[in-house]
Amino acid sequence: MAKIMCGVGTSHVPAIGAAIDHGRTQEDYWKPLFDGYQPVRDWIEEHKPDVAIVVYNDHASAFSLELIPTFTLGVAAEFQPADEGYGPRGVPVAKGDPDLAWHLAESLILDEFDITIANNMDIDHGCTVPLSILFDQPQEWPCNVIPLCVNVIQYPAPTGKRCFKLGQAIRKAVESYDKDIKVAILGTGGMSHQLQGERAGLVNAEFDTAFLRDLSEDPQRLVNMPHVEYMREAGSEGVELVMWLIMRGALSEKAKETYSFYHVPASNSGAGIIVLEDDEEAK
Amino acid sequence: MSREYDDIPGTYVMDSKHCRAGYHLNMFCMSLNNKANRDAFRDDEAAYLEAFPMTEAQKQSVLERDWLGMLRLGGNIYYTFKLAVFDGHSMQYVGGKMSNISEEQFRQMMVSGGRSIEGNRSKKEQARG
Repeated sequence: MAKIMCGVGTSHVPAIGAAIDHGRTQEDYWKPLFDGYQPVRDWIEEHKPDVAIVVYNDHASAFSLELIPTFTLGVAAEFQPADEGYGPRGVPVAKGDPDLAWHLAESLILDEFDITIANNMDIDHGCTVPLSILFDQPQEWPCNVIPLCVNVIQYPAPTGKRCFKLGQAIRKAVESYDKDIKVAILGTGGMSHQLQGERAGLVNAEFDTAFLRDLSEDPQRLVNMPHVEYMREAGSEGVELVMWLIMRGALSEKAKETYSFYHVPASNSGAGIIVLEDDEEAK
Repeated sequence: MSREYDDIPGTYVMDSKHCRAGYHLNMFCMSLNNKANRDAFRDDEAAYLEAFPMTEAQKQSVLERDWLGMLRLGGNIYYTFKLAVFDGHSMQYVGGKMSNISEEQFRQMMVSGGRSIEGNRSKKEQARG
């Protein structure tokens, strides 16, 4: 049977991808962040997922305002890096896992999550930067990728509670899949940041570190947090953090933090990363 | 309808009202994802904008690169940032323009921990001083 081997939460700031693409990770500005990422890279290299479900948001790349689906699951055999306005990133084409992805789509919809199915979807930095953070610059990504795209740009984004429940349904779907594979789920975006308006540049380290802590210590506090609290405390774009709750929902009720790290700034954001695993001892 | 988030200072939430006002402005920005469109826009900005049924004020804000103005007219930063990238600008440049400081000052603010949440939570709180 398939199993969720871990959850990873991470920022997906485009500048982090650019730092990797242009070989700048050892510069003074970036080195502390990449030093903080290294233990996660080592951990993932050792534990080798077969598939990564990457929960992310599109940034006016695959979707415009013409069509705004709340949850979109990519079932294609491959996903091309998108041209976001400056040419596509020079990263590998992500190989999908249509068999598992279709199984997820069927299971989720029958479980009353009316997700949108995408047979053709380019992936932008929201999906590719987390892969670069975990895997650096390989010729091919070392696992299959199933993109799960969430609308967090047009108000309202799905609630934290809905996201958490979707994560629980994803776990159920994965555990009912008949192949013996290891699935990592990545919740991406955030952490605190505001890109727009007179309040641009807002970062709330206290909010972010409490968020990281409560993914294991008090997930219900995060599940119940209203959008306005994210916007006010973590910046208008901080609401992306609801996507981390899909990842959290896919883990068992008691999950333990294997590693976490936080750094300010990555471009205009507070950047966090966390690895969570089911707490086998708590069962 | 008033919303709780209307009380957050310096923030333009992409809600229904905003989306309706800024639809064509944002769709113009989105068109810059395509290289042929980028070339056409570079060739003659004003002529290119004619293809989009935007208001005159929106067109003017694009031509003048009035970053805050675009937001006030329905623009969304993920869309308008495509125009900034087209110009070769960074997020720090645009952030500085919207908050009335230089790119370097903005960059320094970020390196020093970002804009503080203290005093920036609420318009009501700010009015009380």
